[in-house]
Amino acid sequence: MYFGLSEEQKSLEENINRFLADNAPLDTIKAVAEGDTDKAREVHRGIIDLGLSGLVVPEEYGGLELNMLFATVVSAALGSGTAPVPYVGSYVMAPLAINLGGEENQKNQWLPKIAGGECVIGVGLSEYVGAREDAGIEFVNGKLSGRCLFIVDGKDADAYLLANKSGELYIVDSSNSGIEVIELTTVDKTRTSIELILKDVDAELLPGSTDKSVIEKVLDAGRLMLAADTVGAAQVMLDKSVAYSLERKQFGRLIGSFQAVKHMCAEMAADLEPCHSMIWHAAHCLDNVPEESRLMACQTKAHISEVGKQVSKTATEVHGGMGFTDELGLHYWFKRIGLNRQLLGSPELIREEAGRIQGFDQ
Amino acid sequence: MDLEYGPQYDDFRAEVINFIKENENTKLSGPPRSESRVEWQQKLIDNGYFARSIPKEYGGYGGDMDIIKLRIIAEEFAKSPIPKPAGGQGIQMLVPTLLSLGTEEQKQEYIRPTLRGEILWCQGYSEPNSGSDLASLQTKAELDGDEWVINGQKIWTSTAHLSQMCFILVRTEPDAPKHQGISYLLMPMDAEGIDRRPIKQMTGDSDFNELFLTDVRIPAGNIVGARGEGWKVANATLGHERGSLADPNVTQNRLNSLIDLMKNETIDGQRVIDKPIFRDRLLSIQGRLMAQHSNALRILSSQINKEQDATLAKFIVKLQGTELRHELEGLAIDAMGELGTLYEDSPHLRDNGVWQMTYMYYLGLIIGGGTNQIQKNIISERALGMPKEPKVQGA
Repeated sequence: MYFGLSEEQKSLEENINRFLADNAPLDTIKAVAEGDTDKAREVHRGIIDLGLSGLVVPEEYGGLELNMLFATVVSAALGSGTAPVPYVGSYVMAPLAINLGGEENQKNQWLPKIAGGECVIGVGLSEYVGAREDAGIEFVNGKLSGRCLFIVDGKDADAYLLANKSGELYIVDSSNSGIEVIELTTVDKTRTSIELILKDVDAELLPGSTDKSVIEKVLDAGRLMLAADTVGAAQVMLDKSVAYSLERKQFGRLIGSFQAVKHMCAEMAADLEPCHSMIWHAAHCLDNVPEESRLMACQTKAHISEVGKQVSKTATEVHGGMGFTDELGLHYWFKRIGLNRQLLGSPELIREEAGRIQGFDQ
Repeated sequence: MDLEYGPQYDDFRAEVINFIKENENTKLSGPPRSESRVEWQQKLIDNGYFARSIPKEYGGYGGDMDIIKLRIIAEEFAKSPIPKPAGGQGIQMLVPTLLSLGTEEQKQEYIRPTLRGEILWCQGYSEPNSGSDLASLQTKAELDGDEWVINGQKIWTSTAHLSQMCFILVRTEPDAPKHQGISYLLMPMDAEGIDRRPIKQMTGDSDFNELFLTDVRIPAGNIVGARGEGWKVANATLGHERGSLADPNVTQNRLNSLIDLMKNETIDGQRVIDKPIFRDRLLSIQGRLMAQHSNALRILSSQINKEQDATLAKFIVKLQGTELRHELEGLAIDAMGELGTLYEDSPHLRDNGVWQMTYMYYLGLIIGGGTNQIQKNIISERALGMPKEPKVQGA
């Protein structure tokens, strides 16, 4: 019995951390947030060179064929660096969906390109999870029409993977005619989001996705990745809080010697520490224990969203007025955690699903 | 990541299951220390299901320290109504202390009868003016010839009315700094000069006592560790106590009972579990428990794989576990509403009143065993490296 990360997983984590520290320091994050797309492209290129685009793609399609635990480690590392790159949609959910639900020709068309870092695929599952503004898509005679909101990794994507209300997945080449792209501006400027309006757009069904288990697996994986991203980001906020409290003096003392501040930090640590174990455990269930994986993924996303919200608030408070400034940049982590919380279902929505999964409904 | 115990443990699990099956009708009767209880305890020791890694010469089973085997025993016993091994502060705290710091004579004299349940122990630590600041304790002991003479007052002494012995912290070096002036003594409860008064708790029970000690004389040899080293000796055992509070596996059983309760109780004919706000609270608690369960797996793994560090994971167990348990019991009361306030032998009482009892008891555990505010000090100082609160002048 060994519960924890392997040497290989730890070294992957270290490599990403080092890469981000060298290539995406806070100045770079700020530049990207203010619209520097060249810098964003450089960092994106860098994570492709690290092999992250092909992490979960099967070997026969040119990927590394690593499991969800590896993907979770990567997501947490990207969250800790507020990395301004596509990942959860394009490099985890999309390849998983195509591999599980696609026909051989679809796999051959897309998976090697994903693995090689030659294409980005935006993923739109919001209308399956819970449609806002009556958005949604319909597939009639090989053509897709309708509207999708909050396509993850959708900006400048080469293709879109979209779900209808019953969970069937469609893949759409972004160069097809009839697509209108509307850029959305969320609080989190380290990642992009778009809305799509489709009018009779050529699209292909992933035939396997008529079995609902495909979208469920994709959703579970996506939620776990977002939870991991939050754990990584929240840990940095805690670490920064402790470090700040050991530098800043008031009343002739380090503020970290005041019990009020110590207890805020202890509460953050007590809430957050089990979340590291929880994302590893959930990943293990997704990889090996199918009967527990759905509940585990839901509860992991819901619980960690709550912890993330609390930690991001408390850490900002520990920094006092500085925590509120753009200069310090702590808000990038705060906003990242805020977006993760809502994507693919807010905690309340996901807990409703967790209740249904356990058969609480009569 | 590997959550399997491995096929090499299948035979062992089968053995445990077989033992439980053969003994599943065992019923214990009589008070603590009665013959049937001692016999059962000895049978568990003889089969290696209790005191497994304690050497044979001291009355243990003398087996290897295999964490997975201990886990398997705990899992299988938890599934069955078979009587569990006796616990108590002697077994949880005193025996580990004597094993690491006691003299050979002390080990010979006390460990075997403690394991067999023939000697029950209470813990004489807290005093009326020394709770969270335990090291400020004032009960003193002075050597008079070959005897310690103890004077002072202890409080929150669990099960003192059932105990034959007390491990007690006393000040023996009044001129030394407060942490270095304490000694750890072993006091027979039948000594002259011990006056015990039970403390009635908010639950209605009396699990605790006050002890008034007036010229209590015990042999000079009844000291563990050297004079003035009692604080170090006590800290070794406090670690054992904190580890045993609020185990997520036990909380899981309570969650299952809560789910059943919420399926059975109705408001205007609708099941409580179908009311969205109640259900959401239930599921929030489940999410928190699942996180604690994952944390417990990490701790278990660190005990098996010594290179893994789980320091922070261990420090947070008591704080997180007791708070969650208190909230879980409280949700059950809310789910019952006015019915949830029923107690003792009232008509319409649910589950013998266990929800209110445990709700209050866990508030006690949030305070006991080092208050949760003290836990936060420990987490911030020992795990996060934050400084201690400076001393206030004149205090």
